Order: sequence, then C-alpha cells, then structure tokens
Amino acid sequence: MKRLKFERILGVGLFLFVWEITARSKILFFLGIIKMEALAFPPTIPSVIWAFYQDIMSGTMILSIGYSIIHLLIGLVLAVLLGVPLGVLTGWSRRAEYIIDPIIQVMRPIPPLAWIPIAIMMLGLTHQAAGFIIFIGAFFPVLVNTYSGVRSTDPRLVEMAKTLGATEMQVLTKVVLPYSTPMMTAGIRISLGVGWMCVVAAEMFGVSTYGLGYKIPYYSNILMYNYVFAYMLTLGLIGYIMDTMFKRLESWKLRWRETI
Amino acid sequence: MLGIKHLTKRFDSFTALLDVSLEVKNGEFVCLLGPSGCGKTSLLRLAAGLDSPTEGELFLDGKKIEGVNKECGFVFQEYVLFPWRTVKGNIEFGPEIRGIQKEECERISQHYIDLVGLKGFENHYPHELSGGMKQRVGIARAYANNPKLLLMDEPFGALDAQTRNIMQGELLRIWEKEHISVLFVTHSVDEAVYLADRVVVMSARPGTVKEIFEIKIPRPRVRTGPAANAMRDQILKSLGTEIKKASGLK
Repeated sequence: MKRLKFERILGVGLFLFVWEITARSKILFFLGIIKMEALAFPPTIPSVIWAFYQDIMSGTMILSIGYSIIHLLIGLVLAVLLGVPLGVLTGWSRRAEYIIDPIIQVMRPIPPLAWIPIAIMMLGLTHQAAGFIIFIGAFFPVLVNTYSGVRSTDPRLVEMAKTLGATEMQVLTKVVLPYSTPMMTAGIRISLGVGWMCVVAAEMFGVSTYGLGYKIPYYSNILMYNYVFAYMLTLGLIGYIMDTMFKRLESWKLRWRETI
Repeated sequence: MLGIKHLTKRFDSFTALLDVSLEVKNGEFVCLLGPSGCGKTSLLRLAAGLDSPTEGELFLDGKKIEGVNKECGFVFQEYVLFPWRTVKGNIEFGPEIRGIQKEECERISQHYIDLVGLKGFENHYPHELSGGMKQRVGIARAYANNPKLLLMDEPFGALDAQTRNIMQGELLRIWEKEHISVLFVTHSVDEAVYLADRVVVMSARPGTVKEIFEIKIPRPRVRTGPAANAMRDQILKSLGTEIKKASGLK
C-alpha cells in the first residue's frame, strides 16, 4: 500500500512539474500555439492558487460551488424521480417498452447543449432551467441502467418467489427491485458524473452570476486564465469527492454483493 | 397427497413426458431417477405449477394444480437464494409474503435455522456461505412456508461427496421431524436408495414411468449394507438400459 501511495504522489507531482515548466518557459508562445506573450497561458501554479484564494476570500467561489451543487441536485433528483420509474416500467412491461423506447432512443443522442434554447423558452433564466440541462444529461444513464437491471432479473428467483406465494406486485417489489438496485445505483453514479459535466452547459447562458460553470466562460472572456484554471480544478475536485462519497455509500449499502 | 394422472408434456420440438401417472402419499419420500433429459425436472416444474401440462392433470390433496402451486416448496440444485437477503431474510421470505406478523416470522425462521443447523449464521449473506450451508438455507426456506409437498431438483448435485452424505443425513433427520411428502430428483442411485421410500425409474425421452422400486430397508440405513447393495444392483440394471438408449448406445 505504501508503495502505491508513493506512486500516486509521483504522478501528481510530475503533472504539476510539467505544468509549471510549460507555464514558466512560455513554450506554447515560442511554438506559436499562443499568439500573444502577455496572455500568460497556461497560468503558473502560484497564480492559480492566488486566484483561488482571491475568490474564496470574496465569497465568489463558495457561492459558485453552492449554486452549482443546487443546479446539479435539481437535475439529478429529477432524473432519478423520472428515470427509475420509467426504467422499471419499460423493463417490466414489453408493451410499455414498445411505446416508450422509440421516443427515448431518438431523444438520447441529443446533447444537453442543444436543449438550452428550450430550457430558456420554457423556464427563463432560472435555476430550474440550469437544472433542466443537467437533468437531460443525467436522465438517460438512470433510465437505461434501471431498465437493464430489471430486464436482467434472474428468472429462477422470480419463480422461487412465486412458489413461495408472491403475487405479481410482490415479485416486483421484493425480487425485481432489490435485484436491480446495484445496476440502478451504478446508473445514478454515472448520472452524477455526467450531470456534473453538464454544469458548464447549464450555467453558461447566465441563470445566475454565480456557478462554477458560469465562471469558467466568464473569466475566459476577460482573459483571466488563472481564474479559469482555478474553477476548472474546483469542478474536477468536487466531482472526484462526490464520486468517492457515492462509491463509499454504495459499497456499504450494497454489501450483500459478492465482489472480486 | 400428490396425484399425477396421465400427464403429457410436449415442447415445440420434443415430448418431455408421456402419459406419466404417479402418486406421492402423505409423508412419503419418492425419488425420481432417470437418464439426462428424461423429463424429471419438467415433472417437478409441473408439480410446482411453473409449467402447465399438455395433457393430463395433477392434484394436490384432491385439488387440481392450476397456476403456480403455492402449497409446495421448491429446492433447486443452484440454491436460488435471494442474494440481498440474509440467511434469516431468505427463510422469512415465504411467511413475510403471506402477511404473517413480524414476530411470528422471526419465530418461524429461528425454528428452522435451529433445525437445519445454521445457528450463528442468521445475519450472513448467501455469498458468505459454503455450498452445503446455502442448501441448508434453501431447505429451511422451503420448510418455513409450511408446504404440503417438497419438490427437490438435485438439491445436492453441486456439493462434494462428503458434504453430500452429510446433507442426505440431515435431510432425513428434518424429514422425520416434519413429515412432509418429498419428490426428489437425483442422478445418483446411491442417493435414491439411501433416502427414498420408493424409487421411480423413468425411461429415456419421452419420459415415462418405467419401473417403481419399494425400498423397505429400515432407517437409519447402512449405505453399503447387503440389502442396499442388492437394491442398488436392481435399480442400476433397470436404469442402465435407459441410459444406453438416451446416449444412443446399443
């Protein structure tokens, strides 16, 4: 374990070192990739830390994190509330699947970005509009995984439950749902990640002047790349933390599973 | 009592069972022996009401079996435990489904946990148990539902020889305490002679009742006693011709 820990530090250290060298040497400018020397791109690590510190102290960063999490939660809760029942329905009933599936298959490849005009038209520049964009990204993984989970239910367990006296409804609640919980949970975890990635799309059209996703294009427009980097890293870190927390919860809640 | 009358089961491409008539009396232990694919499992599934017969009828205590038979307990070779439920939770599934009060469910599960010797493992999940223990749970779960008939489809087929012997003894011990009719499918003549009151030898596909042997050896039986050996010889002879037929040998 100790050795692996060292390797992790080595990886991060090397990454930061290469970043700092690239920034200090202005190599991107000399290679002609960046046209203006004054752009300071990429920003140096200390300048990013400084930007981070500035926005923490002014409260902008904290508010942005708060708003982004609110937008994520709106989208994610909606995705789960709609995706799970719809996934169970389509997985459980062939007829429901035939009715709903074609619509879903066409909607699914439409990227969340494309929904921005609709979100603005329907909901205006509100937090709900941002939540809606995230919902679009988060909905399909929940739906598809729930559907697959329900569909993959071991028929022998269903038969066993029936010989033990279960009604159709009891088969659904006592066998199919618990059986598909791991798949459903995996779907929600994917949705958490995808939804978080949609935060920029959800906030860039300006539902509020705070939000991690809003601040990135905002600072980019005024060429403050150290701030852009600070917000990108924050997005990444919070995404990582949320995923880790979810994974912990998942492995505790689903400890009945056989794991390798 | 399970009554099977002129039962025929056809699938799209073959006939699994042809005109099978058989009775399992109350409290009787009947073993089904036969070559692979002779319809033993089909017969159990029909008795459980998981499939419906093409022709003929099945009765349990005079009532015709239509739809899933909720008066029987099914024990599969592959255990088929609910992996998200603990040992206790698996055993309580039947009583719980039937709306029995929580305290009563717990009393029932505790009784059968003790009976099958799983004390101390109440809160273990199936993946934490050995094969023999899993099948103990399977048997306890079937018994906990207070069935009139126990249907067992090669329940010990996946166990090693030692565990298998132990489990056979255990099953008889439980069966002698809670006298329920058992219809037991097996591939092993030894197992059938050790366990059954009657052994039904089935013919190669399409499955029919070829011969029925009464095993009058008093219990506890000695596996290698002269009586058991003689019985085994007779049954093997009867079964042997069917196995040759099933595998296309002359």
